[in-house]
Amino acid sequence: MTNGIQVSRRGMLQGMGGLVLAFTLPIANARAQSGAANVFRPMGTATGVLAPNAFLRVAPDDTVTILVKHIELGQGPLTGLSTLVAEEMDADWSQVRAELAPSNPELYKNLMFGIQGTGGSTAIANSYEQMRKAGAVARAMLVAAAAQTWSVQSSEITVEKGVLRHAKSNREGRFGEFAQTADRLPIPDDAPLKDPANFRLIGSDDGTVKRVDSAAKSTGKQVFTIDVREPDMLTVVVQRPPRFGGRVASVDAAAARAVPGVVDVKTIPGGVAVYANGTWPAIKGRKALRVQWDESRAEKRGSEQLIAEYRALAQKPGAVAGSHGDTQAAFNNADRVIEAEFVFPYLAHAPMEPLDGFIHWDGQQARARFASQLTTVDHQTIARVLGVPMERVALQPLLGGGSFGRRSQQTAHLADELAQAAKAMGPGRPLKLVWTREDDIRGGYYRPLTLHRMRGAIRDGRIAAWSDTIVNQSILKGSPMENMLKNGIDPTSVEGAQSLPYDIPDFRCDLHTTDVGVPVLWWRSVGHSHTGYAVECFIDELLQETGQDPVAGRLALMEKAPRHAGVLRAVADLARWVSPEPVNGRARGVAVVESFHSYIAQIAEVSLTDAGPRVHNVWCAVDCGVAVNPDVIRAQMEGGIGYGLGHALFAEVTLDEGRPVPGNFDAYRSLRIHEMPLVEVAIVRSTEKPTGVGEPGVPPIGPAIANALARLGVERPRRLPVVRETV
Amino acid sequence: MAFVIKVNGASHSVDADRDTPLLWVLRDNLGMTGTKFGCGVAQCGACTVFLDGKPLRSCSLPVSAVGEHEVTTIEGVAGPEAEAVQRAWIARDVPQCGYCQSGQVMSAIALLREVRKPDDRDIDLAMNGNICRCATYVRIRAAIKDAAGTL
Repeated sequence: MTNGIQVSRRGMLQGMGGLVLAFTLPIANARAQSGAANVFRPMGTATGVLAPNAFLRVAPDDTVTILVKHIELGQGPLTGLSTLVAEEMDADWSQVRAELAPSNPELYKNLMFGIQGTGGSTAIANSYEQMRKAGAVARAMLVAAAAQTWSVQSSEITVEKGVLRHAKSNREGRFGEFAQTADRLPIPDDAPLKDPANFRLIGSDDGTVKRVDSAAKSTGKQVFTIDVREPDMLTVVVQRPPRFGGRVASVDAAAARAVPGVVDVKTIPGGVAVYANGTWPAIKGRKALRVQWDESRAEKRGSEQLIAEYRALAQKPGAVAGSHGDTQAAFNNADRVIEAEFVFPYLAHAPMEPLDGFIHWDGQQARARFASQLTTVDHQTIARVLGVPMERVALQPLLGGGSFGRRSQQTAHLADELAQAAKAMGPGRPLKLVWTREDDIRGGYYRPLTLHRMRGAIRDGRIAAWSDTIVNQSILKGSPMENMLKNGIDPTSVEGAQSLPYDIPDFRCDLHTTDVGVPVLWWRSVGHSHTGYAVECFIDELLQETGQDPVAGRLALMEKAPRHAGVLRAVADLARWVSPEPVNGRARGVAVVESFHSYIAQIAEVSLTDAGPRVHNVWCAVDCGVAVNPDVIRAQMEGGIGYGLGHALFAEVTLDEGRPVPGNFDAYRSLRIHEMPLVEVAIVRSTEKPTGVGEPGVPPIGPAIANALARLGVERPRRLPVVRETV
Repeated sequence: MAFVIKVNGASHSVDADRDTPLLWVLRDNLGMTGTKFGCGVAQCGACTVFLDGKPLRSCSLPVSAVGEHEVTTIEGVAGPEAEAVQRAWIARDVPQCGYCQSGQVMSAIALLREVRKPDDRDIDLAMNGNICRCATYVRIRAAIKDAAGTL
């Protein structure tokens, strides 16, 4: 699939870990983006609204509305970006409102991507200064307006909790009173930022800063894409090929068209679209389709065959992703060589809200609304499919019912399908495209099936050498971001494995990139979802083999990794770590993983039952730099632990001769409340720049459990999910 | 076919095939979109409503089977347990993506109507049919206990 996006390394930022997207855009095309002017001056000056930049507006009713450029998927950017703006404005949290910004790549680009998009745990990291500056400018303008109104010096005005005050003359007023005057003043290029010592909202952990979306989400009022309804709207479901790479050969739609409520059936590039008055008639109509598939180019290998092929490949050296020293010599001179193979299945993201989208195409312009995560790519794709320039497409992102990476599509396959469905139907009726759960779990775009072959050399009781051969599909290859590959190596395949926090004299990590017709995608924590497990299980095994404590042994190797060591010490303190050995049948395992420049250590307390491992407690220490919203950070750690735990224990999309087997939550098991451990989180104090928390909570929990199991006499699971190994 | 169903205290006439799940009648015919679609096979609980006060997966009940029974959705749920649960949910900032939370809240209200002071086992039994992919379970459990404490 091509979508007209040129990609270059130009946008790659140095020093960003993990997912760094590199796009270049025909920005001129986007400059006249419809809606931008409205956003910039959303209500016009006549209503007295202060709109100093694209990110906020102050209304006469004293509300401060933040336009949030990152979409809310649960990870908290509505609250986080609003906190940054409100802090520098000295706004009162109760006057703050948050809305998702429309698609506009010029105004709302992710500074780390170069396009508008959410992902890679970058929302706070790339917004930290930008949003604070936006708030500081607004504050300066409100102060100047008050100074003008009161005929006093700006320097004598103080601002606290949304109130401007001139102490000498005993005058005060709220933001809304000065919005109109402020909006007529020149916009300063820059305004001073606060000394972090004076932060009142950033880092607040006393309940002052609550999530802005909890009330709507606790009362059923939050509108998601699937809730969009417009007059005359049709619901669309698509029959896609049973095997990846299959194509429609012929369609008999007579029975489908006879289903009451079905309005039309069209063949589109990805399958057969059924248009109906409502979701149920669409689903029934699809069931009645008779489609012949051309599977001549479809992927027909099953999981076991792929694993066997990967295993054979891992016996040979791959492309070197990282190395130092001389591993060959070290293995030759070793007292002992320890080997382990770890196999990771294809995983579906399975957000609670399956993929969906709304579009209204009138033949000239299109209006689209959905949880668009790589917003600019989606926007361009819709425009390309409909054959119009971007400015004739208005795209409004909506809150997503989860994503975990699933809505972040470098191929924009959902936007493409949505626009194809509209194009095939022809102009006129609004459409809502809905994926069912089976469409979601059998629909591909999985975490890649991955195999790690690990070898460790022991000499004189110490870890002398480490070798890790990785086999998997590339997420980036064949996508518009293919040129992020370096020397043929996809950085998302090896992140977390190509260099270690551990000081090991001789080291090598290499990669075999496979060619499989199963579409793959970043899945919450991306490469770290497997490298974290392989590395942290294997280091633990080598430490155990050499008679070392899992915590002290790691620390001894972490002299050059102070932040790793910091969270490891913090979690050991939190859990009152003594030893990994079982007490009353409960053993403890530890793991520490850095991803997206955030450092997380976890300790899991595990027992074995007839039904498999039972995880009782998890202690977690996180260092994500400045903690903007501590309670959101805790929530992301809790959720990341639950997400990582559920998949490590239960989840696998097996392929039977290329066909995905599980289709719903009965076969693709999700963690449930009775399986959730108690979680205690410590946030390490830091003055480093803030980094993300949406993904980094996930990687450590799997290996922490495995390392605890090893102390209960069960080999660290060599193949995930765990329950297939121990039950 | 036309069916008359009672939802949130009012009678509604809806035109739908008799096998149409109550979920889609609520959402598509009546525009009550607070009740969510998550799986369609009674595995996830996102579509939980009350039928005569008892929690039920609306994705798996055909509209033709509703009959005279009273349906209550997140839009219409009320009473001290509902208020306590929703207050606790907001105070704890339980939701992340929020998509499953209508169903979670409905199941929690049903629990508190049955068991005034639920223990962990009561919570497990009442809530383990509701999947939260964000895994907000720690806070769901805490919020139920908070809510119980205020009743």
